[in-house]
Amino acid sequence: MLDLIVSTLTQGFIYALLSYGVYITYKILDFPDLTVDGSFPLGAAVTALLLVNGVNPYLTLLVALAVGALAGLVTGLIHVKLGVRDLLAGIITMTALFSINLQIAGSNLSVERAIDTIFNAPPTMALFGGCSLIVRKLIVSMILALIFKVLLDLYFKTKNGLLLRAVGDNSTLVTSLAKDRGFVKILGLVISNALVALAGCVVCQEQRAFSSTMGTGQVVFGLATVIIGTTIFKKFDFVKGTTAAIVGSILYKICIQCAINLGLPANLLKLITAVLFLVILVLGNVKKGSLKKFGERLAPKTGKGR
Amino acid sequence: MLELRNISKVYNPGTVTEMCLFDGFNFKVADGEFVSIVGSNGSGKTSMLNIICGSIPIDGGDVLIDGVSVNHLAEFRRYRTFGRVYQNPAAGACPNLTILENMSLADNKGKRFGLSSGVNKKRAGYYREQLAALGLGLEDKMSVKMGSLSGGQRQAVALLMATLTPLDFLILDEHTAALDPHTAEIIMQLTDRIVREKNLTAIMVTHNLRYAVEYGSRIVMMDRGHIVLDKAGEEKRNTSTDDVLHLFNQISIECGN
Repeated sequence: MLDLIVSTLTQGFIYALLSYGVYITYKILDFPDLTVDGSFPLGAAVTALLLVNGVNPYLTLLVALAVGALAGLVTGLIHVKLGVRDLLAGIITMTALFSINLQIAGSNLSVERAIDTIFNAPPTMALFGGCSLIVRKLIVSMILALIFKVLLDLYFKTKNGLLLRAVGDNSTLVTSLAKDRGFVKILGLVISNALVALAGCVVCQEQRAFSSTMGTGQVVFGLATVIIGTTIFKKFDFVKGTTAAIVGSILYKICIQCAINLGLPANLLKLITAVLFLVILVLGNVKKGSLKKFGERLAPKTGKGR
Repeated sequence: MLELRNISKVYNPGTVTEMCLFDGFNFKVADGEFVSIVGSNGSGKTSMLNIICGSIPIDGGDVLIDGVSVNHLAEFRRYRTFGRVYQNPAAGACPNLTILENMSLADNKGKRFGLSSGVNKKRAGYYREQLAALGLGLEDKMSVKMGSLSGGQRQAVALLMATLTPLDFLILDEHTAALDPHTAEIIMQLTDRIVREKNLTAIMVTHNLRYAVEYGSRIVMMDRGHIVLDKAGEEKRNTSTDDVLHLFNQISIECGN
């Protein structure tokens, strides 16, 4: 039982990296980015290939960040420079990436036990060698999730980060500030997909396998976690978006784990993911709608706006 | 100096709704002028502002600043030395950022948006001073999100943000049209004060004939892509709201309104 809790938490922390990415595009840029379904397995494919070829597992983290950034760049260029709608730009890159991932790592590629990953390479063992593998996985993924949380939180406070937040909030203002809003959007997509591919990289190391279909439904997962997280903390302004993403990710993984424990066949996982997402969306809407009606009842039309 | 030379602009070319707005349109604004532009809907006022700012493409002619064509400059590059306040008070700032963050963004216009701290604490005192001068009590709300302010407050901050850095031109696009009469008056007085204090060259489009007559150093009336009235200096001072209204009504009757 304890093992189950630890592994669920581990999953939550690893996928929090993906949630950060979706948080940036969905919440900050207001850009429904479907590239995620392709950039996530891209990170995993590249990682699997590199590990099999004996590359240092820590180095794969950086490579995954880079290839993810490239995927984001492609979507950004398609959208901004070629004027393709946001949703379609993501779909185009995602579809292209499916073939690219197959080219990189085939339909499946497993990483043998003998190969070191970030969870059992010498530096990790030197620090956390006393713990069992499952606990090490939790510690390493938690550290990664926290490092990137802190980095992102710091970034959002910089001038550049402020500009990124501005472009999703009111892109007219960015133009008024004599900045190219297209460039800022591309930058956001680059950062977002770098994080998503990093999540793919860590997942690949954790499960020691790449599969070409592992990207399916990741966008929905990311959106769900961000919406869960931000809805929970709606009343608490001081809670950062990245914190909401971590909490959302962990809660989501707990829900899925519970469903599996209740005897849900693994084949139905994506179906449950979709249904769960729908439920979250509808619940959010119903809450908003009923609150509005409630408010109108409390304050009959006085004619005053605001 | 700003000059529109021989501008032509056709909307929906090649369709049944093709409409030629400007054909050989010329317009000049000298440095230090405060031009009020009036005219009925569809007269080309906002199109002219959009052409100046590069928000819409032109089919011919040149937009010149100090004699140099800026036709090739993208919209965002022109804003380097332009400030613009929109009709919609929400357009001038980010609703999910605080007043302080919005002011910091505006203050950094023209500089690099790098990885240094987004909010410069040292400048907070200056922002506070500027906000206090508005007389709306906003100086104590610096950490409040922009979205929670009223339309008038937002427009006041938007005006401040647009003029925080040195400008060549201030573009006011019906910036009082969405406000109640009282607030509109406050914003108009504020505009006048800022334009005078900073010695700005301003171009204001308005539907309020009284503002056009009372404020600014030059009044221009447009009708279907042509300038039908253009008075400056002494001549403008001798123009009353009634004179302008009379001409305005004449045009409207001709148009069948």
